[in-house]
Amino acid sequence: MSNETLEQLASRDYEWGFTTKIEMDIVEPGLDESVIRFISAKKEEPAWMVEWRLEAFRRWQKMEEPHHWARVSYPAIDYQAIRYYAAPKQQRKLESLDELDPELRRTYEKLGISLDEQKRLAGVAVDAVFDSVSVATTFKKELEKHGIIFCPFSEAVKKHPELVQKYLGSVVPVNDNFFAALNSAVFTDGSFVYIPPGVRCPMELSTYFRINASETGQFERTLIIADEGAYVSYLEGCTAPQRDENQLHAAVVELIALDDAQIKYSTVQNWYPGDADGKGGIYNFVTKRGKCAGKRSKISWTQVETGSAITWKYPSCILLGDDSVGEFYSVALTSKRQQADTGTKMIHIGKRTKSTIVSKGISAAHGQNTYRGLVRIQKGADGARNYSQCDSLLIGSECGAHTFPYLEVQNPTAKVEHEATTSKIGEDQLFYCQQRGISEEDAVNMIVNGFCKRVLKELPMEFAVEAQKLLGVSLEGAVG
Amino acid sequence: MTTPMLEIRGLHATAGETLILKGIDLVLMPGEVHAVMGPNGSGKSTLANVLAGKPGYAVVKGQVLFEGKDLTAMPPEERARAGVFLAFQYPVEIPGVSNMYFLKQAVNAVRQHRGIEELDAMEFLSLAREKMKLVEMSDKLMQRSLNEGFSGGEKKRNEILQMALLEPKLAVLDETDSGLDIDALRVIAGGVNALRGPDRSMLLITHYQRLLDYIVPDRVHVLSGGRIVKSGGKELALELEEKGYGWIEQADGERSPSREAAANG
Repeated sequence: MSNETLEQLASRDYEWGFTTKIEMDIVEPGLDESVIRFISAKKEEPAWMVEWRLEAFRRWQKMEEPHHWARVSYPAIDYQAIRYYAAPKQQRKLESLDELDPELRRTYEKLGISLDEQKRLAGVAVDAVFDSVSVATTFKKELEKHGIIFCPFSEAVKKHPELVQKYLGSVVPVNDNFFAALNSAVFTDGSFVYIPPGVRCPMELSTYFRINASETGQFERTLIIADEGAYVSYLEGCTAPQRDENQLHAAVVELIALDDAQIKYSTVQNWYPGDADGKGGIYNFVTKRGKCAGKRSKISWTQVETGSAITWKYPSCILLGDDSVGEFYSVALTSKRQQADTGTKMIHIGKRTKSTIVSKGISAAHGQNTYRGLVRIQKGADGARNYSQCDSLLIGSECGAHTFPYLEVQNPTAKVEHEATTSKIGEDQLFYCQQRGISEEDAVNMIVNGFCKRVLKELPMEFAVEAQKLLGVSLEGAVG
Repeated sequence: MTTPMLEIRGLHATAGETLILKGIDLVLMPGEVHAVMGPNGSGKSTLANVLAGKPGYAVVKGQVLFEGKDLTAMPPEERARAGVFLAFQYPVEIPGVSNMYFLKQAVNAVRQHRGIEELDAMEFLSLAREKMKLVEMSDKLMQRSLNEGFSGGEKKRNEILQMALLEPKLAVLDETDSGLDIDALRVIAGGVNALRGPDRSMLLITHYQRLLDYIVPDRVHVLSGGRIVKSGGKELALELEEKGYGWIEQADGERSPSREAAANG
């Protein structure tokens, strides 16, 4: 491809980079106990919640930002320069979705997320999180009929304190890591899901995260509990405006599956990645972990990571229940100057536990892509099995792919398999496609989608289509 | 007067840094099938790649006209859409992309260019089924990833299937017979012959005469040292088979100084 076309394509804008003009309720930058109390007061939280936050904050203050092991580099973050709360001003409590600020409604429509229940053909319930707060949750009534709770986290703290207190921090303890501790102290909103015993959630649940305000961090918290024999499929999407400065996103997601329960968690991550010179973009430092607490339970993570300047994320499974199953399917794409250090941890504790890891890393332009995964088979995990496959695809010669699989096997009956490949999109492959009339861009998309097929087919249909498009857009201009 | 399908005039071309083609002249009329034969390293594959526009190959002198238009000015995908098809000597594999999907994309890219409505999955399937018979292609191969794990014969059959689907005006078959057993050769030749027609021209590039027993050419050109050193009817292929390429190379060696002088003059 000629340099001219390359440049044209590279200069293409991040489609979701617009800013919504809306009156906001914002705190001044900085973090101390008073900010935490302020957030808590805004959310009208009970005393136990404030205490929990403050405990996390005290622990966080004693921790250091991890810089030594992940293969990402960035200047030190000034935590006092970040605003920890930003919310659209709302005149009064909404009685129904119809009363939602039209500006917010338009924002989500521009992002392709309809908050209008009538207009949604496919059965997907949405919780829309705008900066620090949830602005709308659809299909709540329909879900309530099945006893399903799907609401903003802040609402769950008030309405379902027994569930929140029982499970919050039970999978990711407050002091788990630096970013999880920070999140525990200052998290503002997120989604809460509870599926009662034996209920199969009749629609996909989804949360759409949008960062809008500048200088703010987004710290959301998601907690999903699938009670005995329950099933839920949950989707998560996200975007942010295009800005020159970096913004921090530090989320925590906890999943709990009891006996025979199944949770399928899918993410399409499309935070602003920064420009071709590495200016701007989101720092995405996220802790996601699921606990297969019950027998025969199953947790499946599927992620398509195309955005963010830096991605630091290891959705993991603790396989506690006998015969429980953990899965991790991942596509991570780094282009421009993006860096990703992502992978999973599969901790086998119960007997006959099974895990599958399929990771597809794509590096283009100056992208640096690292797979980092741990498979640990503990002493009591008789008959545990793991299969890992880590493939890397390189586009161009300036990018990098790295694989760090860690294996800790303490039980001799375990079976662990690992496969890894690295390949390059060849000029021969491109020429072959072109000789059949297919443009170079379409050819790259086709080859990349073929490479990711094993992961993409794990996504719910609509999301898979969206993910394919996103891969295409993210790669535009990266070929040469 | 009819415009030639392909007209090559004084073509000099490089592969990388090396000058490989040193003055090729060839005229292919609509409906004609010509064979280009020659020993290894004579420039046969370079000619095929130059015609298709493969990166790394450059025309340094001379002209290539396709239906009277300058072919060298077009990027490879445009040549393909305009009707130039190359059956690859070594078809590539693309993991995770089903053969069926790939072919549908290709057919629709070409149809779009020609202003014909694109085919949906069902329409494409019935078209593909019809063409698959031509080269005895199984449904199973259509569902597999493009060329991945295909045998040599399956890959070549897949090339001819693509040709049948894309309906090119000019088909260049680069060593389509290499690595085929006699049964596969028969099937493939049958497919190619079925695709011969008054509006379609073909250039068969081959090392061996064997292919020409099955696909009988109108003309045979012998390439040596980057030049066509001899042209003739189909019997020329038999003569080559009998005498070997040494005979031609020798003759070429004797003649080339005068040709060089003519080219320079």
